[in-house]
Amino acid sequence: MFGKIIGWIDDRIPMTRVWNMHIAQYPAPKNFNFWYFFGSLAMLVLVNQIVTGIWLTMNFVPSAEGAFASVEYIMRDVEYGWLLRYLHSTGASAFFIVVYLHMFRGMIYGSYQKPRELLWLFGMFIFLALMAEAFMGYLLPWGQMSFWGAQVIISLFGAIPVIGDDLTLWIRGDYVISGATLNRFFALHVIALPLVIVILVFLHIVALHEVGSNNPDGVEIKRKKGTVAEEDKPKFKFHEYYTNKKDIVDAIPFHPYYTVKDIVGVVGFLILFCWVVFFMPAMNGFFLEAPNFEAANPLKTPEHIFPVWYFTPFYAILRAIPNKLMGVVAMGASIVVLALLPWIDRGSVRSIRYRCGLHKLNIAQFVVTFVILGWVGATPQTDFKTLLSQITTVTYFMFFVLLFVYSKNEKTKPLPTRLTK
Amino acid sequence: MMKKLIIGLFALLPSLTMAAGPSVPLMDANIDLKDNASLQRGAKLFMNYCLGCHQMQYQRYERTFRDIGIPTEIGQEQLIFDGSKVGSHIKNAIDKDDAAKWFGAAPPDLTLVARVRGTDWIYTYLKSFYKDESRPFGVNNVVFPSVGMPHVLQELQGLPTPITEEVEEHGHTVTKVVGVETDGSGEMSVDEYDRAARDLTNFLAYVGEPSRLESEALGLKVIGFLVILFILAFMLKKEYWRDVH
Amino acid sequence: MSNAPVDNGRRRFLTIATSVVGGVGAAGAAVPFIASWNPSERAKSAGAPVEVDISKLEPGQLIRVEWRGKPVWVINRTPRMLEQMKEHEGQLRDPASEEPQQPESSTNEYRSQRPEIFVAVGICTHLGCSPSFLQGGFGEKVEGTDDGFFCPCHGSKFDMAGRVFQSVPAPLNLEIPPYTFLDDTTILVGEEKGVA
Repeated sequence: MFGKIIGWIDDRIPMTRVWNMHIAQYPAPKNFNFWYFFGSLAMLVLVNQIVTGIWLTMNFVPSAEGAFASVEYIMRDVEYGWLLRYLHSTGASAFFIVVYLHMFRGMIYGSYQKPRELLWLFGMFIFLALMAEAFMGYLLPWGQMSFWGAQVIISLFGAIPVIGDDLTLWIRGDYVISGATLNRFFALHVIALPLVIVILVFLHIVALHEVGSNNPDGVEIKRKKGTVAEEDKPKFKFHEYYTNKKDIVDAIPFHPYYTVKDIVGVVGFLILFCWVVFFMPAMNGFFLEAPNFEAANPLKTPEHIFPVWYFTPFYAILRAIPNKLMGVVAMGASIVVLALLPWIDRGSVRSIRYRCGLHKLNIAQFVVTFVILGWVGATPQTDFKTLLSQITTVTYFMFFVLLFVYSKNEKTKPLPTRLTK
Repeated sequence: MMKKLIIGLFALLPSLTMAAGPSVPLMDANIDLKDNASLQRGAKLFMNYCLGCHQMQYQRYERTFRDIGIPTEIGQEQLIFDGSKVGSHIKNAIDKDDAAKWFGAAPPDLTLVARVRGTDWIYTYLKSFYKDESRPFGVNNVVFPSVGMPHVLQELQGLPTPITEEVEEHGHTVTKVVGVETDGSGEMSVDEYDRAARDLTNFLAYVGEPSRLESEALGLKVIGFLVILFILAFMLKKEYWRDVH
Repeated sequence: MSNAPVDNGRRRFLTIATSVVGGVGAAGAAVPFIASWNPSERAKSAGAPVEVDISKLEPGQLIRVEWRGKPVWVINRTPRMLEQMKEHEGQLRDPASEEPQQPESSTNEYRSQRPEIFVAVGICTHLGCSPSFLQGGFGEKVEGTDDGFFCPCHGSKFDMAGRVFQSVPAPLNLEIPPYTFLDDTTILVGEEKGVA
């Protein structure tokens, strides 16, 4: 009976074929480590954001008069409203945590290198859409930080020569941030951008499955047809879509091996996530900033305005440069260079495991730089911190310059022929 | 081990965010949201001394009574002074424009004050009024310089006098108020007033996030459940991966 | 699949155990989403019992109050109205109020706690319109009865105890809400004190 139903569906839509091709008989390298949890976790958080977001819109009032009160209505009057809201607000930060770690994984194992350039680019577009989504979502509670944060960020567009002022006016739809801004941000936040993100995620996965997953060794598991001896082939069945084109080594089917492994990652993540949601949803002002518990007041700026933590590294680059236009350009460039990574890195060895010592140092300094920038961008400016942000802005871009230089004739370690543990 | 490490990391966070605070160190409010007696005393203080000017426009009486263990009828009789229905928000009848004229600015809504300012700040603030004839209401506040409101708890605390200190600042010697000392003219002793300030702070903290206790109780159950699921999932993974290794 | 020796029993057990516990978790996660659709504190507050002052309610007069967004009628029935109610009982669908359209305390010939004061939800049991009170003009609809209620939407007819006449679309008598006499001149609509 069950088989008959499946057969009926399969005659009409390729359910079993897709399941086999992309899950049950999809060849995945057998040596994925801790860093490979974050892709599935990003998917989990995306689902959380969409579902809790839909539920929040059921009670949220997108108007300058009603937004703040409606959030408190959700927090107090709606049964479990506080939980839905905290799941969504904590989810926003969690999204960036997993996405940053996911991107870092791509950097250390060279997952952006040929032939995965497009995969990386789709990822960068997801990152951009996610930043827009988070920024617009942050305006919606209509607190002081929502208002003034949006004010500052939108003013950045004013730095663009000639059209800048008209552009900011157009984005706001008013002379200040107002109900008009709130309403258009609401529409984009709940409909347009989620749609864009979901489509980009789909393309990201399609691209991934076409080229196949990279792995911590950075050695391809797909070999030229006929080069792998029969006894070296894995004992598992893979979909002929892959085996017809290539010989495959050191791979295992995604299901059940990585599904059961990802469940472990998901539950482990949920333990940490729920701990924050239930016990410290404000995360000491990092996930929910204290001034945002005060309704937006266009006549009173909070003492210190910072973007939420996930924007602060880029915000620090903006602040490091004393010229407004150049600051905006530098901030934009800091994201664009990330997208250009596949072409900046001219090496052919992917994984940090087999690359030169300088590369390891370079990545280490990049991590330190990123953390310092984040810290500087999240705290009040002092002379020392301005200097620090200028230094780290230089080291941020230096990462890419150095990489471009040394990757051409890099002294790498010999690659293993097969995947190591 | 992992949890300890994470707790440790989180413990470091406040040092990053709290970089810009008031010029005097805040006192530890040391509140206890589970102490219903304290919350009830705090509610009474709020209704008697604060509600005249400050509202809690997002919080309802009925829910408040239920959460802090006051029977509805008793709450209705003893804590609702304006005849509001028990299901209504905690509001007053003050006119915003009039209030702005009297105090320089309309008295802020206090529903979320504990989340904006923090409980230590509120506790310190309540204990930091001092006599200052130069101010319109004859008082000033150490953590809120040029405060626009009178010391409404004066009948309880008395009128404290400032303790000053000479401080070097940018090459000048300035006199700064670093603390206060009560004149003993209030109805309460110093300890009693401390308790009252703590009770009021406790109540404001509760109103700032009324779901806090429910959240923590539920959170323990959820995490307990997830730990069990984690163990099962981990064993399942190990079992399947014997094929691979 | 694998050629390695597999402990299928253990694998099966762990798969089922994880699935069951995971399923319980998914069901638990659904709870807040489902519960959030319940009436909120605001809705409950708006639906709280309503006090009605009847000290100025003249004999024969009807006042409307809003309770949970619905019109509730309070009528001071005249002795003549009460008398006429007995005369047309043969034309009613449910003269003895056997259907549970009223609280225990109003399950009597007058469908009320006190004979003269009648409290009812003014919504036709057919499709939810609010019937009109035809004071003195009901004789056109039902001969021999001066007063009653007529629903303009589909012509349903009710007598002064909200009892439905035969051969009209409405199937049931008008609903009587729970209410309490706080004192002789005040009614609390929406809650019956002393009844669980």
